[in-house]
Amino acid sequence: MNELILDIQNISKSFPSVKANNKVTFGVQKNTVHAILGENGAGKSTFVKILYGLIKQDEGKIIYKNNELKISSPSEARKVGIGMIFQHFSLFESLTVRENLMLGIDEYVSYKKLEIKIENLIQKYKLALDLDAPVISLSSGQKQKVEIVRVLLQNPKILVMDEPTSVLSPQEVKNLFITLNALVKNETTILYITHKLEEVITICNSVTIMRDGKVIETSSIGSNTSKTLATKMLGRNLEQITKDFSAVKDSVNFEVNNLSCKFNDPFFTDLNNISLKVHKGEILGIAGVAGNGQSELMEILSGENLYIESGKIIFNKKRIEKLNPQQRRNLSISFVPEDRLGHSAVPELSLVENTLLSRFYNNKFTKNGLIQKKFLDDHTESIINLFNVKCLDTNSNASSLSGGNLQKYVIGREILSKPELLIISHPTWGIDAGAENFIRQSLIKLSKLGTSIIVISQDLDELIQISHKLSIIYNGTLSKSFNTDSIDIEKVGMLMGGGK
Amino acid sequence: MNLLSPSIVPRTQISSYVNFLVPLIAIILTLLTGSLIFSLLGFNPIHSLYTFFISPISSLYGFSELLVKATPLALIAIGLSYCFKNNIYNIGAEGQLIMGAIFGGGVAIYFYNVEGFWLLPLMLLAGVIGGSLWALIPALLKTKFNTNEILTSLMLVYVATFILDYLVVGPWKDPSGFSYPKSRPFNESARMPELFDGLRVHFGLIITLFLVFISWFIFSKTIFGFQLKVSGLSIKAARFAGFNQNKLIISAFIICGGFAGLAGLGEVSGPIGLLYRDISPNYGFTAIIVAFLGRLHPVGIIFSSLIIALTYLGAEDAQVFLQIPSAVGFIFQGLVLFYLLGAELLVNYKIQFGKIS
Repeated sequence: MNELILDIQNISKSFPSVKANNKVTFGVQKNTVHAILGENGAGKSTFVKILYGLIKQDEGKIIYKNNELKISSPSEARKVGIGMIFQHFSLFESLTVRENLMLGIDEYVSYKKLEIKIENLIQKYKLALDLDAPVISLSSGQKQKVEIVRVLLQNPKILVMDEPTSVLSPQEVKNLFITLNALVKNETTILYITHKLEEVITICNSVTIMRDGKVIETSSIGSNTSKTLATKMLGRNLEQITKDFSAVKDSVNFEVNNLSCKFNDPFFTDLNNISLKVHKGEILGIAGVAGNGQSELMEILSGENLYIESGKIIFNKKRIEKLNPQQRRNLSISFVPEDRLGHSAVPELSLVENTLLSRFYNNKFTKNGLIQKKFLDDHTESIINLFNVKCLDTNSNASSLSGGNLQKYVIGREILSKPELLIISHPTWGIDAGAENFIRQSLIKLSKLGTSIIVISQDLDELIQISHKLSIIYNGTLSKSFNTDSIDIEKVGMLMGGGK
Repeated sequence: MNLLSPSIVPRTQISSYVNFLVPLIAIILTLLTGSLIFSLLGFNPIHSLYTFFISPISSLYGFSELLVKATPLALIAIGLSYCFKNNIYNIGAEGQLIMGAIFGGGVAIYFYNVEGFWLLPLMLLAGVIGGSLWALIPALLKTKFNTNEILTSLMLVYVATFILDYLVVGPWKDPSGFSYPKSRPFNESARMPELFDGLRVHFGLIITLFLVFISWFIFSKTIFGFQLKVSGLSIKAARFAGFNQNKLIISAFIICGGFAGLAGLGEVSGPIGLLYRDISPNYGFTAIIVAFLGRLHPVGIIFSSLIIALTYLGAEDAQVFLQIPSAVGFIFQGLVLFYLLGAELLVNYKIQFGKIS
């Protein structure tokens, strides 16, 4: 058991602005689940890309099965037995599972042999999959199974998984862990890249913690708790988040009644009979696995999509379902869509110009169609100061900011408009723990001032942490809401997976 | 084996002087290729380039001719930049130019025996309306039926050409014109005033400079210009901001058509003075090159319109003095566009041999 399959020695890699890996050194034992834990930007992805032959290290070497690893492309990596599953699936949605599996093969094998091999793998690891189903009809968990089978077809000795649970429901996570344990029993080593501490404790045997491109520590899980891991990962303690149920007022200021939308398009999820209510000062969380109608709901709530079949949207006793985003903003509603680059902000434009994208109620950004540069500059300046946005100045392009800083800017822009209602999608997606904590604190602070907030997120922990009430969206249908102080996680997990 | 397969990867850092560099590289490469073509044809490349690019503007008259040609090019190009900034590919400026000439010229022909200071302004207005209406057709097709504007606007060019053809051989034929396919000459008050005695450069130049300035103001200082820019960069962000896409598409087309129509009217009431078949040597198409060579920036467009206008003059001189077919002018225009697109790619991306990183 103590044999090292990977011995990483002094790997360094620099990019023009940052030293992404700085003398990374650690060992991975054969047939274990080894975690690489770190915040976004800690250098995990850079290291994995070097291991998989996507980029070349500046110095250092990797000893793989007692020989130095010399590969220059992913196909060579696969040949020597290193398989990789990326966070974002690379499957052809319109093809069937079988076709997708066949397409992933590098070598020439007969169709029959391959078929047998696929059947065997599915049996061996109990990866229940319908080979004739088109991939688009699968849930994220099933898509991940397809990815796993595709990699296993190449008999990997090491399987690298990048944030594998980010799109899975709690039940699917459980199933994944069962599969991973079975893989380890069958002589596969798993390199598990994550920033989720609980998962490291649950599934991994040992962990390498990275911060700022350096390895902080490599150890077996042993007596580590998520708290000790967090401190090592961040290099500091995080402020505790506490929400306040007493701040929620009795008056309802936003209501959706029996909203339905049919898109007649396999790439969109129809919304069925959605109803929700938000009280003044309340945070309502909408949980669910990706692709269950969240983005469609977000577009309807923001007014980017005005196509509603039936139903009402009522804000402060006023029907608003026919208003476009700017008209809704004029009623003091703010939005933060999921995608930072190209949706809530334009990467090619400066921060000042991006401030002009969201002209809130009573702003002084324009007068008779002319842009008032002074007000815009001042406002951008205050967003940057109040929300700790790290950037060169207000004229920096949005694309030059890190994910966390850009998200702080976007959320700051919307919060500073002092909205009565804020609708926000995936507020802390893909950003570091510091920014994540800051944003969650900001949302709670805003709700205490009387703003109603709807948070759509896949991160269940986040929603339970910050929201007062929680509803679950599954296949375009929204569940009733639960109080988060007395919530049954099992039940939520069931609803996320389509159970009753 | 990987070593020999090139791949195109984006550059991480792009310098800010790129805006000047790209057109400059394109022009230098065009000159080099041009001299190669001249020497292959058996001409002294230095002498040919001199004949092509220097001698046409070495006299005051030549320089005035340069401005005569640059005026419609700059005017149409600045109009096109309203569309291109918004990622609307209006290729039909030539048709919009012809329609402007027909509407404005029609006024002049209707009032052929009436003089008055009001005639020219009325013609200008009619020219703008003609071009705008013609541009409105692809705009409405796009907003109502999601039709590809590249196809519709291009096809309408040929329709406009045939309408002009019909008019000058049919109802608007000059009664005393010996059956030539042309209209009556416009009377004095229907002509653009010349700026200097004996030179053909006309009042259209002043209008163009004014509109270039106005456009600079709109692009950089108004919310409308900002909306065009954002919609061009990211449709999703424009929807997030609540900008009305259809309104922007229609406005961009109407402005562009109006500018092109004005350019057409400027030609027929300026240097030409009547309507006939070939009122435009493809100004509407060439202006597309002018717009991109000027990087859709008003100041850039002024410079690029002068450079492209020079290829028209150079081609005429090359034909007269070197007996080179004047189509060489189009070769130069094509080369500029070709190198412009190439340089743009190489500035934003680099070619790497071997591994992708």
